[in-house]
Formats: sequence, structure tokens, C-alpha cells
Amino acid sequence: MSGEPAMTPPVLACSGIDKHFGALKVLNAVDFAVASGEAVGIVGPNGAGKTTLFGVLAGAIPPSGGSVRYGGVDLTGTGAAARCRSGIARTHQVPRPFLGMSVFENTMTAAQFGAGLSGRAAADCAAEALERTALLHHANRPAAALGLLDRKRLELARALATCPRVILLDEIGGGLTEAELGLLIALIGKLKGDGLTIVWIEHILHALLKVIDRLVCMSAGTVIAEGHPDAVMADPEVRRAYLGGAVA
Amino acid sequence: MIAYEIERWTRSGKATLVAAAAVLLVLAMLPALANGLLIDKLTTLFIYILLAVMWNLLAGYAGLVSVGQQAFFGVGGYLALRLVDAGMTPYLALVVGAVGAGIVAIPISSFALRLKGGEFAIAMWVIAEALRIVVMFDPLVQGETGTSLLALNALDPDLRRNLTYWLGLGSLALILSVTYWLLRSRIGAAAQAIRDDEEAAASIGIDVMRIKQIIFVLAAFGCALAGTIWLASAITFLPRTNFGVQWTVFMLFMVLVGGLRTFEGPIIGAVIFFLLQTAFGGLGVWYLTGLGVIAVCFALYLPEGLWGLWRQRIGIDLLSVGVLFRPSGDRPTP
Repeated sequence: MSGEPAMTPPVLACSGIDKHFGALKVLNAVDFAVASGEAVGIVGPNGAGKTTLFGVLAGAIPPSGGSVRYGGVDLTGTGAAARCRSGIARTHQVPRPFLGMSVFENTMTAAQFGAGLSGRAAADCAAEALERTALLHHANRPAAALGLLDRKRLELARALATCPRVILLDEIGGGLTEAELGLLIALIGKLKGDGLTIVWIEHILHALLKVIDRLVCMSAGTVIAEGHPDAVMADPEVRRAYLGGAVA
Repeated sequence: MIAYEIERWTRSGKATLVAAAAVLLVLAMLPALANGLLIDKLTTLFIYILLAVMWNLLAGYAGLVSVGQQAFFGVGGYLALRLVDAGMTPYLALVVGAVGAGIVAIPISSFALRLKGGEFAIAMWVIAEALRIVVMFDPLVQGETGTSLLALNALDPDLRRNLTYWLGLGSLALILSVTYWLLRSRIGAAAQAIRDDEEAAASIGIDVMRIKQIIFVLAAFGCALAGTIWLASAITFLPRTNFGVQWTVFMLFMVLVGGLRTFEGPIIGAVIFFLLQTAFGGLGVWYLTGLGVIAVCFALYLPEGLWGLWRQRIGIDLLSVGVLFRPSGDRPTP
């Protein structure tokens, strides 16, 4: 666990984020910040707005109100591609591989565009990302031939190949066996050790607790508690939200 | 550090390039040996290959299914007519006209590419029709009556035939090379990523709109080249024919039969289409009905086309656009 994250200025932050789809309010005045090198977990019942918040942070979803700042620069109007190139990578809850390309091509394209590398440097970056995610032996397989677990690994490999400063992980551990989860936790712990800033949405609390410094709990589009993981999980409002909603 | 090699050229790929260069050379010398009818026929084949390769680039590799590519086929021809009317040398005008159509494609792309899937496909058809109507207002074209590229009639027929043939062959060599190079570049990889999942492509840093624009403009230029070469061999310009949707139907047929999403497929599809037309083109309605039936059968039962089938059975790519990762110590494939 690192020191007091509040002491360093946030690398990625959003404030007053509102998002509504028609009459449906998905996010309501959400403030969120993560410091450089910090690992933050986000929990909350289904429908709490966690994935929508990721969409807003990654630039895939324009917020209805509020602002996103990255390294002190306002990014609110910037698209997803530019945010990725500036160092914000994400994985998708339901993997979205490029099905017509091989595993290596998927990852190499991420290195070429997200990290702006070319030639051998891009290939090195892709190979390293695949090795870290234990996919290197599948390098030439079509992405369409991968099962769910390997597709999740490919999501992570592709995100890593963009050489991010901040990585947003959306339920990357769901559907894994305990052994696989153990490997994933070790990998994410190592990424954190390398100085990567991590925001991780996960229902599997014990996995989160092994890596994160701070926990945020969302419910019905707002942040209802944040702070030290133990304190957040002991919070009566968090317990009520969980018992009232779906519990993982 | 991981020890590996990146393989982009297989032995069969290199052999194919050498063979293609040899074929090109023989074709370039053909007018000295062959009779005029064959030269005319081959010019038509070059036009078909151009169209098929361009439609496959657009739909197969970038996922931009358009039924309005006749827009550029027609605009290319029209611009060439206008340039000749303004005093430009006919054969230069044919090339400059195609470049002009590529430039016209830039503003069109900026709104057509905002549409997705079926909306894009239909919008392109609407754009083609709108351009046809605009062109018909030009007094030079004389509405439905059309006009002729009379400046070409002034040339010796044999010389004209050969020049048009060489223009067709040169255009084909240029477009095939540029397309192959582009598909193997990072732009080709990005286009395929966008085709497979646009949002995921943006999430790894790909500027979706810019990549689509590059592909769209190149495909427009290639179709326009086909259009100007066709104008040179047909001499006449009829808005209803030059902007006819049948051109896109032909492209679709050739790509479906040959094999969508492969570099080789559309070329094979174009040859098959050309042979079918030569053999059965005289049958009129029954010929068109037959083409329709074949296309539907391919879409239903063999969506990967003939080249896709070959790849599945034989497993050899001649002109691969992919990247192969080889850990050091692996033996390379033949």
C-alpha cells in the first residue's frame, strides 16, 4: 500500500459528472480522482453507473455535465482516441477484440496507434504485452478463435500495448477460476509496482483488496463512500446498497 | 527479452510478386502481338478488376458497404469530358479527371462517413443519383442525351485502342500496388480494426474518421479511374449509364464470388465475371438473372467466396497482408 494519495495531485479526475440518457439519470454529480501510481477499486451494485463512469473517463461517452481533467488539462471535449494516445487505456467489460485479425495484429495495432510506435519497437511492445498476459503462444491465432478468458487477456494486452499511464479495468476478473484470478492479481500488482495508475471496477472484492490502495463505492449514479477499503466495506450505507442490490 | 522474428513475406508471396511483374511485362507488350478485339476485351477486364479491388478495399477491409460507388465512376468521366472541352490533352484529362473525382470525394466523405451500416450504403446511392442529376444540368452533357469524347475519335483507332489499354494496365498496376501497400501498412490494420469494432478501435488510439476518409478517397479515385478508362473505350458519356447502379452491382458480384476480405479474391472474381459476360452476355435478361442467382448462392452458401474456400482447403495465401509472429527457433513455413 502506498502513502497518503491525497497528498499528490490527481493524474486523472472528474468533477460534477452528470450523465442522462433521456429521462434516465445514470450518473449524478460524480466526483472522482486518482493520484499518480495509485490503485483505486470501484465497487457497487449492477446499474450503479460504474461502466458509464469509465466511458466518460475514457472519452467514449460524452457527459451531460461536469468536466474531466488529466494531468491538469481539461479533456472533457476530447475523443476516446486522443485520450488513449495521451495515456488513458481501458479494457471493456464484454471483450471487444478485432475478430478479423490475429491476436498479434490486435496488439500490434494498439502499439502503433495508442503508443505511436512503429516497426520493431511496435512489435516489441506488442510481444511484451502478450507475454505479460500469457497470450504469446496464441500470437498468430485469429482473435475470433479465442475463448472468453483469452479474450479478456487480449483486452488487457491491447490496453497495455498502448503504453498507458492510467489503465481502467472493467471487471477483468469476472468469470475466471481462482487459479486464473491469482495470476491476474499478480499481474496487476506488478503493473502497479511498475508505476502504472490503476482504476479497477470489480465485483470480486478479495481480488481487489490485494491490489488497491483505496476503494470507491457507487450506487444509483453517485459515489456513496470512499476511502480505506475496510472502512468503506464497514460503511452502513455501503452494506445497505449491497444488500439491496445484486451481491457478487 | 523475447526472441522472435516478424514475418511479412512468405516465400509464396515473393514468388507471386515476381510472377505478377512478369505478367505485367507480357501484358504491356501485348498490343504489338495481339489483335484489336483481344486488346479491347482486356481493357474491359482491367476496368472490372479495378472496380472489384476498390469495392473490396472499401467494404471488405474498412467495413464501408456502399451501393453508390458509381458516383465516382460517373464523376471521373464527367470531369474528363469537361477538361477536354477546356482544351486539355484527352489522355491527360482522363487521369486528372479521376484525381478530381478523388478530391470531390473529400467533402462527400465528411458527411457520408458520419452514417453507419445501411444508412451509409443508401446515402451513397442517393449521392450518386444526386450527382447524376447535377451533371445532367450541364449543357455539355445535354441531359439524358449525353455526349461523346470526340477528341478521341480524331486519333487513329489502333493507337487509341492501345493507349486506352496501356492506361488501363498502368492504372491497374498503380492501384493494386498502392492498395497492397496500404493494406499492409498501419492504416490497413486500423481500417480492419474499425471494421471489426469501431468503439474498440477508438479506445486503442485510432482516429476512426481520418482512417475511413483515407480509404474512402482512395476507393473513389480508383473507381473514377475505371470510369475514365471506360469513357475512353466507349467514347460516349450517358449519365444514365455512367452513373448507373449496375457498376456497383458488378463490384458486389465480383467481390462476393471471388472472396471478400482477401487481396486475391476480387481479382479472381473479376476474371470470372468477365468470362461469364463474354460467354453469356448476349442472353440479356437471362444473363442478369443468372448473375443474381449466383451472387445469392455465394452469399448464402459460400460467403467467403472462391478464394476463401481455397485458403481453407489449401491454406496458402499468395499476397498476405497480415503479420506473422515467429518465436526464434521455429522453422519458417514454405
